[in-house]
Amino acid sequence: MADASAKQVLFEPIFSNNPIALQILGICSALAVTTSMNVTIVMCLAVISVTAFSNLAVSLVRSQIPGSIRIIVQMTIIASLVIVVDQILKAYAYEISKQLSVFVGLIITNCIVMGRAEGFAMKNGPWLSFLDGIGNGLGYSVLLLFVAFFRELLGAGSLFGVSLMPTVNEGGWYIPNGLLLLPPSAFFIIGLAIWGLRTWKPEQVEDADYKMSRHTAKEAF
Amino acid sequence: MAKAKETVSRTLIVALVLSIVFSVVVSTAAVMLKPAQIQNQNLDIKTNILSSAGMLPQGSSAQEIEELFERFEVRLVDLDTGEYVEPSVVGVKDPMKYDMYKAASDPELSTDIPSSEDKAGIKRRPNIAKVYTMSEDGKVTRVVLPIHGYGLWSTLYGFISLEGDLNTVEGLGFYAHAETPGLGGEVDNPRWKKQWVGKEVYDGELTEPQIRLVKGGVSADAADKEHKVDALSGATLTSRGVQQLVNYWMSDRGYAPFLQKLREGEV
Repeated sequence: MADASAKQVLFEPIFSNNPIALQILGICSALAVTTSMNVTIVMCLAVISVTAFSNLAVSLVRSQIPGSIRIIVQMTIIASLVIVVDQILKAYAYEISKQLSVFVGLIITNCIVMGRAEGFAMKNGPWLSFLDGIGNGLGYSVLLLFVAFFRELLGAGSLFGVSLMPTVNEGGWYIPNGLLLLPPSAFFIIGLAIWGLRTWKPEQVEDADYKMSRHTAKEAF
Repeated sequence: MAKAKETVSRTLIVALVLSIVFSVVVSTAAVMLKPAQIQNQNLDIKTNILSSAGMLPQGSSAQEIEELFERFEVRLVDLDTGEYVEPSVVGVKDPMKYDMYKAASDPELSTDIPSSEDKAGIKRRPNIAKVYTMSEDGKVTRVVLPIHGYGLWSTLYGFISLEGDLNTVEGLGFYAHAETPGLGGEVDNPRWKKQWVGKEVYDGELTEPQIRLVKGGVSADAADKEHKVDALSGATLTSRGVQQLVNYWMSDRGYAPFLQKLREGEV
């Protein structure tokens, strides 16, 4: 991909080729860590740094990696980076790392990271790969923050932990929507986000898998 | 692409070098960050104790937490006899290092609870509990006791703090649970927790805790209102769990023998 410019690589994944909305990758953590904005931001930073640095590392050694063990080499690089990120969070952001619990560790299995390492970093230079990692991380983040915004606002009446609509339990007027605090609600929000995105960018709409043929059979009487 | 890099020896070398490089990276990170992590964990435990006891002002710094916690004395208590025991009994030097929840799964350090008595739903109870006391002039002014039990989905872990009369509740809080957010999860709601302040655990008989979580709120003229707390709305089973676990731990199978000894000044 000689024609891919740095700008394209960085910004395309945000809306035009969003890893969650178009490729439907990384849904698991999008359901799990989007109940509050603070937690989501830390998770996004963790994913951005892992995708960026794993892409960089994979790209640097790409000409040395034998094809037969390339997937396991990528996994080793990604897993090591995730462990480092997890350790850093435990040391400097303990409260939030407790809330993220296993989901930082599960970045290892996040398809976006692996997908970019295999799909992009194996074929491109280190700098472009690094930008591609950041871009895809940002694409993931944009959608996660969108989901978290609605879940925290409507589910708990607050944003970043600051109460905007005082809930009934705290003596206010707002009756929170409990569904939004539960994981399934993220499915609805992601679905609506994809709908919105595809209305804005119709080229993302997939072709129908099949077409209903005209009803021709004669009913017997 | 040159075919040379697909040979067996080449594959092995790449795998070996990669493993060494990344194991060094991972272990360096783990070793270097260990002190900060341990400090965080200790601070977390102390924060939980202080905030469950309702003693922690919002936004306290790490240093303030340490200072507040300094005022507590950490002791181990044999739940059956109600007497203090030396930390060496459970094989630790510093009582802070003893983990009573780990001990609950060690057959040597815990006992089975017959299911007829297992109101808190915890199956096994550690023989020795870790309690936190605060004293003034040799008299206990406050005691914080760890409690845990089953709610609807999960085991709730928390602390109850009693005043110097060892009957009036000074605070109750849970630091770990997985109850439904917005319903049972409201056990974390400061407004709900505030209700516990000033409630009385016992009534005459000092081994029979009387705490009740009731529906519809506790009006000012309700009978026994000093024992009643408004249950969580929409969370009957979590409320029931909380009632059961508080009463279990305050009964003679929990801390009652210890509190009795403490009242009589025997320990």
